This record gives sequence, C-alpha cells and structure tokens, in this order.
Amino acid sequence: MLKRSQKNYTYTGYLYILPWVIGFLLLQLVPLVNSLWYSFTQFQLLGDPKFLGLANYKKIFTADATFLQSLKVTFYYVLIAVPLKIGFALLVAIILNQKIKGINLFRTLYYIPSILGGSVAISVLWKYLFMNQGVINNIIATIGIPAIDWLGNPSLALGTISLVTIWQFGSSMLLFLAGLKQIPVSLYEAARIDGAGRMRIFFKITIPELSPIVLFNLIMQMINAFQDFTSAFVITQGGPLKSTYLYGLMLYDQGFKFFKMGYASALSWILFAIILFFTSLTFRSSESWVHYGDSI
Amino acid sequence: MGTLWRFDMIKKHTSISRIVSYIFLILLAYIMIYPLLWMIGAAFKTNEEMFGAIGLIPKNPVFGAFAAGWKGTGQYGFSTFMSNTFLMVIPTVIFTAISATLVGYGFARFNFPFKKTLFYIMIATLMLPATVIIIPRYIFFKKLGWLDTYLPFIVPAMLGSFPFFNFMMVQFFRGLPLEIDESGKLDGCNSFVILKELLLPLCKSAIFSVIVFQFVWTWNDFFNVLIYISSVAKYPVALGLRMTMDISTEFDWNQINAMSLVSILPPVILFFAAQKYFVEGIATTGMKT
Repeated sequence: MLKRSQKNYTYTGYLYILPWVIGFLLLQLVPLVNSLWYSFTQFQLLGDPKFLGLANYKKIFTADATFLQSLKVTFYYVLIAVPLKIGFALLVAIILNQKIKGINLFRTLYYIPSILGGSVAISVLWKYLFMNQGVINNIIATIGIPAIDWLGNPSLALGTISLVTIWQFGSSMLLFLAGLKQIPVSLYEAARIDGAGRMRIFFKITIPELSPIVLFNLIMQMINAFQDFTSAFVITQGGPLKSTYLYGLMLYDQGFKFFKMGYASALSWILFAIILFFTSLTFRSSESWVHYGDSI
Repeated sequence: MGTLWRFDMIKKHTSISRIVSYIFLILLAYIMIYPLLWMIGAAFKTNEEMFGAIGLIPKNPVFGAFAAGWKGTGQYGFSTFMSNTFLMVIPTVIFTAISATLVGYGFARFNFPFKKTLFYIMIATLMLPATVIIIPRYIFFKKLGWLDTYLPFIVPAMLGSFPFFNFMMVQFFRGLPLEIDESGKLDGCNSFVILKELLLPLCKSAIFSVIVFQFVWTWNDFFNVLIYISSVAKYPVALGLRMTMDISTEFDWNQINAMSLVSILPPVILFFAAQKYFVEGIATTGMKT
C-alpha cells in the first residue's frame, strides 16, 4: 500500500529538491569546474582568462616561498588545534556524562564560545586579552611570571590563535554527549557483571562506541581548520614574520587583494587536494579504529 | 564482609572523583566564560583600568562608551551596521529554512529516479571545501552585478546551497512516522498540503535548529562579507567592527569593546531563546561543528 502510493508520486520529489539541484549545478558544480580551468590560466579579473598550462602550479611549487611558509603554518595549526579541540571535547563530555548536577548550565556555558568564536568581536577581544599590556599578562604577573609577548613572538603567535579554536570545543562536546547517551546501558551492566574495572570499561566500551563520532568530528574539524581565516586575519594579519599566515590568508591575498584569480585558483586546488588526501587517509585508517555498532 | 569492604571503597572512590569532577567543571566554566565577562566589564572601564587591573568589575564605571561607540567615528555608525546585518541575515535565514524543508521533504518522502545518486552528491558537497569554489562564485556574482549587495547571501539560501541544513531536515523527516502522510493521503490531501498541515507542526525543533545555526553563522560570517561587500554604507557589523578597530586610537578601546559586546548580543539572545529546541535538534540529527 505504502510502496505503491509512493511510486505514484515518482516525479513530484523532483519538484521539492529542484532548488537544491539548481543551486548545486550553478553554485557548486560549475564553479568547481571553472576554478580548475582558471587554475591553468592567467586571469586578472578584468579581461579574459589566458591559458598558461601548468605555469601557475610550477611557480607555486618552485618559486613561491610564501606558499611553503603558509603550508607549514597551516599544518602546524591543524595539528595543534584539531586534536586538542576534539580531545578536550571528549574529556569534558565524559566528565559531564556521570550524572552531574547542573549539567544543563555547564553544557550551555561551554557551548557559548562555539556560537561566538567565529565572529570578529571575539578576535578583537582576543587581541585585547593577549596584548603585551593585556589582562592575561596582568594575571600571570600576579604570580610572578614576566610578561609574555603572546602575539608578537613568531613562535607563540600561532598557539595564541589556536586557543580561539580550542576555546570553541563546545560543539564537538555536544555531539560526544549525544553519543554517550546512546550507548546501551546493558553493555555497561554486562561488563560490570564480568568484573571489568572502570578503565577497562572506558577503553573497551566507551571509546569504541564513540569512535564513529570521533571520526565525524575529526573529518569536519579538519576540513574547517585547513580553511580557517578570521582570527588570524583580524588578530595578527598573518604576522609576525608570517608565522600565522594560514592558507586562507594567502588565498585571500592572491585572489582578492592582488586579484590574481588564476593563481589563487591553483592555490585553492592544491588545498583541495591536501584536504582530500588527509580526509581519505583518515577514512582509510578508520577501518582499524572505528567501531560500528554490532549491538543490534 | 569482603564484599561490603569493596563496596565501601568504590563508594569513597566515586565521591572523591565526583568532587574532583565538580572542581574541574567549575574552573573550566570560569575559564570559558572569563573572556566574555572581561569584555562586559571592559565596556564600562576607563582605558587605564582596562589594561592596568585584572578585576572584572570596573572600579569607576563609565557609561559613555556605548553611546560614543554606537555613533561611530565616521559617516556611518553602528545603527547602520546593525540594521545592515539584519537586512542580510534575516532573508538568508528565512530562505534557508524554507529551502531546507522542501529539499529535506523531497529526499525523505519520495522515490524518484537517481534519488540515491543525488543524495550521495549532496552528502559529498558537505565536505567540499568552500575555498575551492569561492573565486568562480565571486566572478559569477560579479558578472550578474551582485557585488556589494546581499544577494550573494540570499540567493544561495533560496537555492538550498547549504547541504548541511538539507541533510539535517532529511534526517528529521525520516524520523517522522509514515502513517501521518498516509492518513493525509486518505483524506485526499496532496503532498504539499501534507507537508504544510501535517508534518510542519512536528518539525518545530528541527526548523528552530536551522534558524539558529544559520542566523549565527551568517551573522558571524567574515570572509564572505569581506569579499562581497565593499561600500561602508552597506557594511554589516563584522566589517564595521573591524574598520572601527583599524582606524581607532588607544583612547577608543572601551568603545570598541562596547560595540563588540553589542554585536554579539543578537546571536546570544536567539540562542538562549531557542536553546531548548536547538540542543534537541543537534542531539537528534547528530551533526556539526
């Protein structure tokens, strides 16, 4: 009955998804193909793209020192910010999951930074907090630590920027909390009857059951982190000495400051390839560490 | 005896770890919220106090920062920037909610040729990095004469170009029992009437989540407004704030803080107003950043 009546509607479904189909073609597929095409051209926005072959890519890999610097900075950033953010989110979620009183309040307080973190206001705030005469230095001065040049020291600035990202762990935490709630209580009971201790239960049940959410968080956070822009742009403008010159900043400079659309497109495809490489690597590796519920 | 002793040990162990947990959670909450509390306090501090002292509560509160900051330094002040932001964000949010509902309903409730393929394509675009299509999109919108308007935000919302929300709605519709649709059909309703009259009232929490997420993301968006909006008269608050910061001197710091505070209020208020639905929505659809 149900199946038959659904079949009657066969083409009605298209009417509902039509907006997305048009949007996908015009705003995603065509731009994707175009950006690949532009990446083989010289294109200064005014005028038409001029075919160059692989010249852009050749220049990027052989004659562009900022590319290597930016790539290095971006890798460091992803490597610092993503694991810390996810690890912290997981830790807090597990603590919150043990019948804590006031869980709603804690959850809300931890989540607020996630709804604000991407905004310019927070970047401005960060700049003030970590300035030389800023409040963070004033606080550490009270326990006798001399002022630290958080944003002016090339080996510290990227860490200070990463803190904005890690500060926003709340969104990943919410997903872990939802995941923890879905672990069947019977699994824990069975383990306890078998005499398993806390640690054993944690590593044999909690972590494997959460692993699909770890994977999801890892992939999404990685894709986002590779493209991050606002905090580095507003707080340090990529400096000092290009030590926070994230890939997104380089793309912005090439594309929207110098209007080298062809060159910027080539850069964007290299970033795409890098992201694709790391996400598929993560997916590959997940076969050995992600556990998909065989529990009913 | 033996078992009793063990039970005691476990109980003691749990109560100590409970206390440690609470201390950790409270400390963490303080660290998480401290920057925001500082921001609120600093909006009422003199500049000397802002950078001289560590206390959160201003000793000699000054109240001029809001009025002075709101007026701004140039031709356009924050009344312009704020209303611009609403002009940009509200249509974007409304159209996103509508398109995501339609697309979600289409994928969740109908069978049509290539449905699976199309659905997988949509999921794949969830992971498509925005940076790789930003340049052709910019050139496309430039050709259409849409630069320096809010259309680059509103039209993609109409066309359901936020696969995340479409996916969220698909997941939500899948959770609603098919019997609802069936009963509507028996009453002779067409599919749109079924959506509008029977299913939509049940979608509140999902639609609220779409609204809150999209409102916050568009409100906070910096990269896109930076490339698409060029005239100060059309600046949303993100650009206005950065401009104010760039041109201001040390003496305006508390004004900038006051305006930062004002600029984050709308998303925060919306979040608290819709929190109940919102957290439910994330939990049930199990998604995102």
